[in-house]
Amino acid sequence: MSYANWRRQKQMRRKFLWRDIKSFRTCYAFLAPYAIIFTLFYVVPVIVSIYFGFTYYNVLQPPRFIALQNYINLILVDDIFLTAVKNTFLVAAITGPVGYIAAFLFAWLIHELPKRIRAVAVLVFYAPTISGQAYLVWTLIFAGDSYGYANSWGVELGILEKPILWLNNPQYMLTICIIVILWASLGTGFLSFIAGLNTIPEDQYEAGYVDGIKNRWQELWYITLPNMKSMLMFGAVMAITTAFNTADQTMALCGFPSTDYAARTVVTHLIDYGQTRFEMGYASAIATVLFLCMYLCNRFIQKALSRLGT
Amino acid sequence: MKKIKAGRQPNRSLAGDIGVAIVLIIFGCFFIFPLVYIINGAFKPLDELFVFPPKLFVRNPTTKNISDLFLLMNKMGNITFIRYAFNSLLITVVGTGGHILVASMAAYVLAKYRFPGSATFFKLVTVALMFTGYVLSIPNYLIMTRLGWIDTHLALIIPAFASPMGLFLMKQFMESSIPDVLIEAAKIDGAKEGRIFFRIIMPLVKPAILTLMIFSIQALWNNIGTTYIYTESLKTLPFALRTLASGGIARTGVSSASQLFMMILPVTCFMLAQSNIVETMASSGIKE
Repeated sequence: MSYANWRRQKQMRRKFLWRDIKSFRTCYAFLAPYAIIFTLFYVVPVIVSIYFGFTYYNVLQPPRFIALQNYINLILVDDIFLTAVKNTFLVAAITGPVGYIAAFLFAWLIHELPKRIRAVAVLVFYAPTISGQAYLVWTLIFAGDSYGYANSWGVELGILEKPILWLNNPQYMLTICIIVILWASLGTGFLSFIAGLNTIPEDQYEAGYVDGIKNRWQELWYITLPNMKSMLMFGAVMAITTAFNTADQTMALCGFPSTDYAARTVVTHLIDYGQTRFEMGYASAIATVLFLCMYLCNRFIQKALSRLGT
Repeated sequence: MKKIKAGRQPNRSLAGDIGVAIVLIIFGCFFIFPLVYIINGAFKPLDELFVFPPKLFVRNPTTKNISDLFLLMNKMGNITFIRYAFNSLLITVVGTGGHILVASMAAYVLAKYRFPGSATFFKLVTVALMFTGYVLSIPNYLIMTRLGWIDTHLALIIPAFASPMGLFLMKQFMESSIPDVLIEAAKIDGAKEGRIFFRIIMPLVKPAILTLMIFSIQALWNNIGTTYIYTESLKTLPFALRTLASGGIARTGVSSASQLFMMILPVTCFMLAQSNIVETMASSGIKE
């Protein structure tokens, strides 16, 4: 293709693009309020904090550009960060998929119930999320003294000889955190699945019945799952973000900082630097690394999910 | 053809139904624990709150915790409790309403039209979802200062309008549950975009709207908001209750009563929304 030809094509394309933009002006008008607020309060802060990642910034003095120094320290010097990454991946690898599948499974089982009791059933399963910091209940169950439910029952039943410091013993800490996170994992994804199941057109089930679908499993596989594809995609992204952002539960249960850093996650590490030591540049670098991990994980899962039902 | 809607569905086995019920009941006991705990805790007298070994259920229920809570609220300096409640209610109602409208409008065009920049913009939203909020507080604070929104409710309300999760949820929903034919048919009948959006699209995605409402209410009602707000008369209810509850061991009763109190609004809205979602009769919107 000659250069002149290429130029002309480019000009044409630009003209078409402009015509397109004009013909879609209603679309842009619909998008505008969201786009403006989103850019201002989400995109700009993210860009600014990615920039902070390349600076030394102690919040009091203006940020000083230090190029990749934060990232070099993060990988080569900071050995607690490695513990944090290891813990985060372990927690995410278990709670992400299990929580996601459980959320769908319970949403689907509840949908099988008669209509009258469904709303109550949803409330029961959503209780850990709606009651705010309900995971604090677990600090009572696993309290290290004999007042904790686990210790008092364990001693009474003769399983335990003496109370165990559940939340201070690195041997148990992460396991307990994983249990608690799993217990609280019926959140955003779960409710969106409930809503999604209710929008599958009734006539599709009727048609499926006529076509010889014999039981609920066939119905799940041939009608429900294909119809839920976009909701499943949403749930997956939410599961990834929640799994990688684990911090609240580990901090509430195991303390901050936790014994031997056994329950330290990437986000607790970030909070430590950002809010305790005022090293905002370093904290931003951590956030950027975490963001990249999530992004890659998300790409991978989106690919896998798009194959579902095909 | 047998009608499936009424009564038992013909392709369901009784054994399976019972199995489902048993599984749900077993796990239900496990999940409802915090709710039971909070409700019981609010009615426990002080000695029962500290009993050993700990008991889940209340033995001698008392309303003292709740009356203490109200008593303390009335004694909270010159700002009345109503003021805090009003602030939180204002933030919750305006924030939720705005979020639903703004996010649905954007989601509609992103789901149903391909226009220059639409795919990129949507990708940006899902990616923004993955950036940890903890490091965004400083840039956000700087932006609020520039806008002059520090110490106003705007700082809590307006960003809530564009929460990435809301747009993502609505877009996924509209993509799958609104057939393109429906929009085309409405256009042929001469309906304008605004009319299509409010009359056709919004009613069809009611379950999604109600779900988004639950998320938004939960987030805004529990928003402490002290990052941006200093003036006492503008502060929120969760802030006020947290101040009351953090008065040491003597306030344990008040603390558990306030936990119950904070849950009343979200749980009520949740139940209303859920029973509405369940009642929604889904149909593809096209009948011959």
